[in-house]
Amino acid sequence: MITKLLVANRGEIARRVFRTARAMGIATVAVYSDADADAPFVRDADEAVRLPGAAPADTYLRADLVIAAAKAAGADAVHPGYGFLSENATFAQSVLDAGLVWVGPPPGAIEAMGSKLGAKEMMRAAGVPTLPWATEVAGAAEVGFPLLVKASAGGGGRGMRIVRSAAELEDAVEGAQREAGSAFGDATVFLERYVEAPRHVEIQVFADTHGNVVSLFERECSIQRRHQKIVEESPSPAVDEALRARMGEAAVAAARAVGYVGAGTVEFVLDEKNEFAFLEMNTRLQVEHPVTELVTGLDLVRLQLLVADGHPLPQEALSPTMTGAAIEVRLYAEDATRGFLPATGTLRAFDIDEAHVRVDSGFETGSVVSPHYDPMLAKVIAYAPSRTEAATALAGALARARIHGVTTNRDLLVRILGEEEFLAGGTDTAYLERHEPAELGAPLLDDAGRRVHALAAAMAVQAHNRATARVLAALPSGWRNNPSQSQRIALTDATGSVEVSYLMGRDGSVAAHVDDGEVELVVHDASPSLVDLTVDGVRRRCAVSRHGDQIDVDSVSGSSEFRLEPRFPDLDAAHSAGSLVAPMPGSVVRVLVEAGAAVEAGQPLVVLEAMKMEHTVAAPAAGGVAEVRVQAGQQVEAGAVLVVMAEEEGADAD
Amino acid sequence: MPVLPDRVDRDAPEYASRRAALLDLLAEIEAQLALARGGGGEKYVERHRKRGKLLARERVELLLDPDSPFLELSPLAAWGTNYTVGGSVVTGIGVVEGTEVLVQAHDPTVRGGAVNPYGAKKQGRASQIASENRLPVVNLVESGGADLPTQSEIFIPGGAGFRDLTQKSAAAIPTIALVFGNSTAGGAYVPGMCDYVVMVKERAKVFLGGPPLVKMATGEESDDEELGGAEMHARVSGLADYLAMDEADAIRLGRQIVRRLNRRKLGPPPAPSYSEPLYDAEDLLGMIPTDLREPFDPRDVLARVLDGSEFDEFKPLYGSSLVTGWGSIHGYPIGVLANARGVLFAEESEKAAQFIQLANQSDTPLLFLQNTTGYMVGKEYEQRGIIKAGAQMINAVSNSAVPHLTVVLGASYGAGNYGMCGRAYDPRFLFTWPNAKSAVMGPAQLAGVLSIVARQSAQARGKEYDEEQDKAMRELVENQIEAESKALFLTARLYDDGIIDPRDTRTVLGMSLSVIHNQPIEGRRGYGVFRM
Repeated sequence: MITKLLVANRGEIARRVFRTARAMGIATVAVYSDADADAPFVRDADEAVRLPGAAPADTYLRADLVIAAAKAAGADAVHPGYGFLSENATFAQSVLDAGLVWVGPPPGAIEAMGSKLGAKEMMRAAGVPTLPWATEVAGAAEVGFPLLVKASAGGGGRGMRIVRSAAELEDAVEGAQREAGSAFGDATVFLERYVEAPRHVEIQVFADTHGNVVSLFERECSIQRRHQKIVEESPSPAVDEALRARMGEAAVAAARAVGYVGAGTVEFVLDEKNEFAFLEMNTRLQVEHPVTELVTGLDLVRLQLLVADGHPLPQEALSPTMTGAAIEVRLYAEDATRGFLPATGTLRAFDIDEAHVRVDSGFETGSVVSPHYDPMLAKVIAYAPSRTEAATALAGALARARIHGVTTNRDLLVRILGEEEFLAGGTDTAYLERHEPAELGAPLLDDAGRRVHALAAAMAVQAHNRATARVLAALPSGWRNNPSQSQRIALTDATGSVEVSYLMGRDGSVAAHVDDGEVELVVHDASPSLVDLTVDGVRRRCAVSRHGDQIDVDSVSGSSEFRLEPRFPDLDAAHSAGSLVAPMPGSVVRVLVEAGAAVEAGQPLVVLEAMKMEHTVAAPAAGGVAEVRVQAGQQVEAGAVLVVMAEEEGADAD
Repeated sequence: MPVLPDRVDRDAPEYASRRAALLDLLAEIEAQLALARGGGGEKYVERHRKRGKLLARERVELLLDPDSPFLELSPLAAWGTNYTVGGSVVTGIGVVEGTEVLVQAHDPTVRGGAVNPYGAKKQGRASQIASENRLPVVNLVESGGADLPTQSEIFIPGGAGFRDLTQKSAAAIPTIALVFGNSTAGGAYVPGMCDYVVMVKERAKVFLGGPPLVKMATGEESDDEELGGAEMHARVSGLADYLAMDEADAIRLGRQIVRRLNRRKLGPPPAPSYSEPLYDAEDLLGMIPTDLREPFDPRDVLARVLDGSEFDEFKPLYGSSLVTGWGSIHGYPIGVLANARGVLFAEESEKAAQFIQLANQSDTPLLFLQNTTGYMVGKEYEQRGIIKAGAQMINAVSNSAVPHLTVVLGASYGAGNYGMCGRAYDPRFLFTWPNAKSAVMGPAQLAGVLSIVARQSAQARGKEYDEEQDKAMRELVENQIEAESKALFLTARLYDDGIIDPRDTRTVLGMSLSVIHNQPIEGRRGYGVFRM
């Protein structure tokens, strides 16, 4: 019986597994790299073992260290999560060899499916539909273009290339090999017929050690960027009862063919004619498993643990039912408007209201998004009686989420969930080619919303100023018996600068301007963190948080990140220019520069001797020497100009 | 705690009419404030701006902590005179780096910031407030010195300004000068006497004599920069402690200096928490009669001024024409004396004298709410010693050592003005409502008294009294006294620290109390309290 479970993984999936383990009374052990020392999943576990280093190759991919950690903590089972060592048959075997329970399929099954090539052979033999493929570049013609270069050991889109002509083939193969080699430690790639814009539909299967294999229905994961799924749902809008049954049977046959045990996913491509073909089988719990959990009411991690413990699948899993619709989106730290460029940084705020959606995340406010690991911040999943309702609920929860400090694909996800073709069920893998990500990912907040947020930021700063005032804090904000001008606050955001001016009235009405535009503003309540205001007749609440000069604002209209501009410009640069004078009377010993020379800040320019001591006159800032007015041996009075520094070019340009 | 009731009938017809009348008065005041803000007028404001300079109030606003309050003092000084309303200088109390400071700023758009007799008086009052309340002084200097045509009114008394600066310094009250432009001749002593001096590069000019005067005096050729430029004073004479690159930089440096003054308030801190009044201050506009013959209950005012509308009335059954009692404003304890029905009798006077002594025993500041027509006259009262009773009250007020605040809510006539801590009794602050009037007596009474005296004089000389002329004289006198009793007339002459919107009474008093607490609060000791 499993009493203490080590999760050989990190982030959200570690937390996900811990949650069920805790519910089942099983003690939990985390492993963590140095980069994850303060991560929430480490705190979530009862115990944790450090894996020195930060790179995956030094930490989460080190089978030996993970097994040693399990031993050290006294764990009796290992759950691999997804990614990392989850589909590594050698690791699975080592776990078993160490006398631990492996929460996953038998190493043989992993091995069989791990080689995509071998798997395809096996599937063809088992009567599961497959696409034509080839293992050699020479076989490309047989496969036909377009084709896909795929890593045999891969998953998650890494090591994958679409090739549309023979000319591109060689580069693509090399690139895929390189990527596969570094990601999976196995550079083998193969060629496969590429179906243009198919749907990506997969079947969740579950098998126990008592001969039961069931299909837990499909998930559709067609909307992808760079072969990474970002929206996943169950049921698929394209799958009806009959197709579901056919695909389920094929998936169960696939699992049986490899003697599968535990949770697995059989991935298919589905074309417009409802023809499907086997792509690969993932021998682990999938990232997108929550949508299946929500429509079936099953806890897949619980089933994994039961099966690993040798129990048969419970009745509810053997005769599963499907109710309602679930949609999951993957919230990534990336810039959808700039080619999905990964983003890093510190999450100043990370708060998604879980009242109406499920949030699986390894991050929280204050977490650092590092370049070491996958930039997925969270999976947000909505469940509702219908697909449209789920989409609406999910879009609403995302739009209201407070996420600051790191660029995310949130706005893109919200727009997809409300987009016509998506809502009509028209999803395929080319969705993001038809719909420009830069447009979908543009800020949800429009100009009017930005003005409201700038006002909210100003009101929150004002409230903060009053709350922290050392004297007269309870007096009305900015009170004047003879008001001559408004209070002013200058903000900048990614789109430029914005100035808010305001004069507080007696009754909450505020005479406000944003830039030069007058605004009809009533402030019902303003604290440093929440501003309740009516702008142009509409009352809204804006959440505001401040971190130094950074002011983040969220409302139903979207989010803003403003920087508070200082009231007084930094004039240090200006101070540096001008004349350098003798600090006291003396004689010039050395002149170290010539007119026209460029000097660094602190560079000695002239050495004086006075009262038997040498004094060095140094450049106050980097810049050019305009003039040298003295020469060695010359006597100078105090205050005599020695060197004239040129105005720095940059100073004028500012 | 006893809570004052809400007795205002907002649906009564006089509520609306009183409110309308007061709003008219406030609009009249606002029009004058707008003139004061306008300084020397559009042309000079424009010229000043074109030179890249900030206006006086813009300098003040940039100096203050964002969103903090600012109480401008005597904003309507010189109203109704030949001088620009406001007296060519801005004075007030504000917060800089969490420190309450007194700010003075010349208005260079009015005759180059030259100091006229009203400006001088206004600065003198501001200086007194700074000294009495231990407020650091920040001078925003740009002034051509004395307004020469009126030098006779300024020159000799004006010297006190420099003496005051050094005496403040001696009392460890910091003085700071930020010099934005001319500060020449006598004006040069302002930076000269201040603890800290900041000068704006290429703008500040500080010298005793400019190039023409030097040429005349000694024949020496010189220019402005050599004689008094900011660079020269920063590098050579040492008169400037800081060289500012521009006006904003000077203000930044001024703030930096205040931050390092490490000011601590010496008075007790306010209560950490307290309630706002239960009733809306807006009601005050509808409550207050503009006809001073109609009395009103000051408890209705207190209900909109005191914390939680809580008021512990002292001796409520005795001398009921004067209300006395305890409360607090913005967490600061206060003793209140307020006229209820205008006239002060012997009982009211004795009650006041006793209450003032009690406040001194408990080191509690006092608030006088004036609405008095004076001490009662008449045979009965004279024979019962109303003078002695009034003298007790005036004696107590004069020798009380706790800080006093006075607000003139309505009438302030006769010796009632004195007993209720009028201007001559040096309350720390005195503010006036726009409907208030003050004079030795009411206009009609004064005219009537003159008429009686004239009639008696005519009779004594056996002459016929000219009734027509008497009527004309009475009208003339009544009009003159009426005009000279007005709040605007009084504020113009610095007989108060400003006219305030009644709705701001709590705010102004809260700010005044906070300012007062920069000093320790210590009452007069000596005899025990005389039970009157």
